[in-house]
Amino acid sequence: MSQKADYWKANLRLISLCLAIWFVVSFVFGIILVEPLNNISLGGYKLGFWFAQQGSIYVFVALIFFYANRMGKLDREHDVHEDKDV
Amino acid sequence: MSLQAMTYLVVGMTFALYIGIAIWSRAASTKDFYVAGSHVHPVANGMATAADWMSAASFISMAGLIAFMGYGGSVFLMGWTGGYVLLAMLLAPYLRKFGKFTVPEFIGDRYYSKTARIVAVICLIVASVTYVIGQMKGIGGGMKGITYTQIAQYCVLIFAYTIPAIFISMQLTGMPIPQLGLGSTMAGSEVYLLDRLDMVLTDLGFAEYTTQARLSYLNMFVYTMSLMIGTAGLPHVIIRFFTVPKVKDARSSAGWALVFIAILYTTAPGVAAMARLNLIETINQPDGTQLVYAERPTWIKKWEETGLLAFEDKNGDGRITYAADPEVNEAVKIDRDIMVLANPEIAGLPNWVIALVAAGGLAAALSTAAGLLLAISSAISHDLLKGVFTPDITEQQELLASRVAMAFAILVAGYLGFNPPDFAAGTVALAFGLAASSIFPALMMGIFNKNMNKEGAIAGMVAGLGVTLLYVFQHKGIMFIASTAFLGDMPENWFLGIEPNAFGAIGALINFAVAYGVSKVTAPPPEHIQHIVEDIRVPHGAGEAISH
Repeated sequence: MSQKADYWKANLRLISLCLAIWFVVSFVFGIILVEPLNNISLGGYKLGFWFAQQGSIYVFVALIFFYANRMGKLDREHDVHEDKDV
Repeated sequence: MSLQAMTYLVVGMTFALYIGIAIWSRAASTKDFYVAGSHVHPVANGMATAADWMSAASFISMAGLIAFMGYGGSVFLMGWTGGYVLLAMLLAPYLRKFGKFTVPEFIGDRYYSKTARIVAVICLIVASVTYVIGQMKGIGGGMKGITYTQIAQYCVLIFAYTIPAIFISMQLTGMPIPQLGLGSTMAGSEVYLLDRLDMVLTDLGFAEYTTQARLSYLNMFVYTMSLMIGTAGLPHVIIRFFTVPKVKDARSSAGWALVFIAILYTTAPGVAAMARLNLIETINQPDGTQLVYAERPTWIKKWEETGLLAFEDKNGDGRITYAADPEVNEAVKIDRDIMVLANPEIAGLPNWVIALVAAGGLAAALSTAAGLLLAISSAISHDLLKGVFTPDITEQQELLASRVAMAFAILVAGYLGFNPPDFAAGTVALAFGLAASSIFPALMMGIFNKNMNKEGAIAGMVAGLGVTLLYVFQHKGIMFIASTAFLGDMPENWFLGIEPNAFGAIGALINFAVAYGVSKVTAPPPEHIQHIVEDIRVPHGAGEAISH
């Protein structure tokens, strides 16, 4: 029982971290701080514009695979993975 | 070969492919029909989800919207991709563990209430029907057939999108990858493409492309949030994650779906900016002269015939002036949708590329319509008939009912697709608002809040859906009949300047708040429900999707 509770807490911590990054790259860098960030350039892109139209999407993809990978490890550490079913 | 013959040939070949696959993988049981027997590899499932997800709106309209909105169009890019992060972390793995066929089934079981299930069916049908109207009719064949045809449709769609983009990026910047081309200098010059576009636009009196916000930053924030939550709450996307073999696969499958979506979504900003620049420079030529109307290129003549492009020589000089000032502007009508469709012609690309774009647009419409129709027919046959009204029907009868429901849904959607009601254009964004304000919060609280009870969930769904509909109707008219709008559709009348299409996030907030409040003052859910919630939180013990 506490094994499951620990697993759930670890999962919630991981989700909080990932969603914090999700929020920062899109809502903070892409919208709230877009004006100051636009003073910095990335090649021909203004940085704020780049986050809004390119960067946030790349980070989203990376975040999902990072989460899936870490959860796979957590599943095993807490012995709640599916493979033992078979 | 003429362009028209080439278009028919390419479109015909892709259709033959889809139908062939649909027949080859025909569903034999309700399980195959609803969730492809849950044996679809996560990468294949991701690709099918991507095709399901990318509608005609993504394929045809999005780049056109961005081309004219510039930075403000970012809400669609971030909103329609960021939802997958929510899906992968907050919903998909747990709903897969729960192991049922449909979204209302989860809500009905988790909230131990047929009323909750019926409310969820209503939310689902309203959201899906509003969305499907914008798509053309699809081919019914059950999820298994759909999964494999959608993989083929994804391939057609993505080739049709990226190949013209690569050609155009090469022409303008010498860099074949559009994602990098957009940040590069113009071919044979030291000037960056985006700087050039900003300069050309401000010279004509338009807003600067890279900084032009959509109404306000607050509105963009709320709009982006609505689209993200709506993406995670749209039933035809969620049921995709019931088809993978394991909980683990549900997580990575969302990632693969987003990879395949990102290929199109990161190309779109390049297509948008380059198409806008190409369009402007066709009319206001770089040597400083304006296009002589009599010498206009064939693509302009062709699109003029459709009425999507129109010019009016106001000063009678025989040349076209394109400017922000409506008094001076002679390009009186430039439909946003032609930006993607005409892009290859504007850039002078070969006929087979143009034919490919037509096939891609159709593939996008078909695959989304098919996914939505499956979600609607399963809600009717599985949730309403089998789940509530006639629980004794056999598997064969249920399969028959879902095929009849799908045929009926195809007829209705097909009719509305060919005879679009006036409100069709406004409905796609509403579908997201409805899903965001009703389905997503109920699902998320069902997993993350053990104490959420049926009273809270039902009150939350009704409040969220009600407020969103009320806000949309008061500004856009009841059932979108403009004359019945009792508050005009203009920024001064909007709550905090938030446009109606963006209001789903506020509806979701109200849903969460009402559900939480009501659950605090009513009886907690029975103990066995709390055990179910504990059980769906761990992957261990996940069987295949089962029907009961």
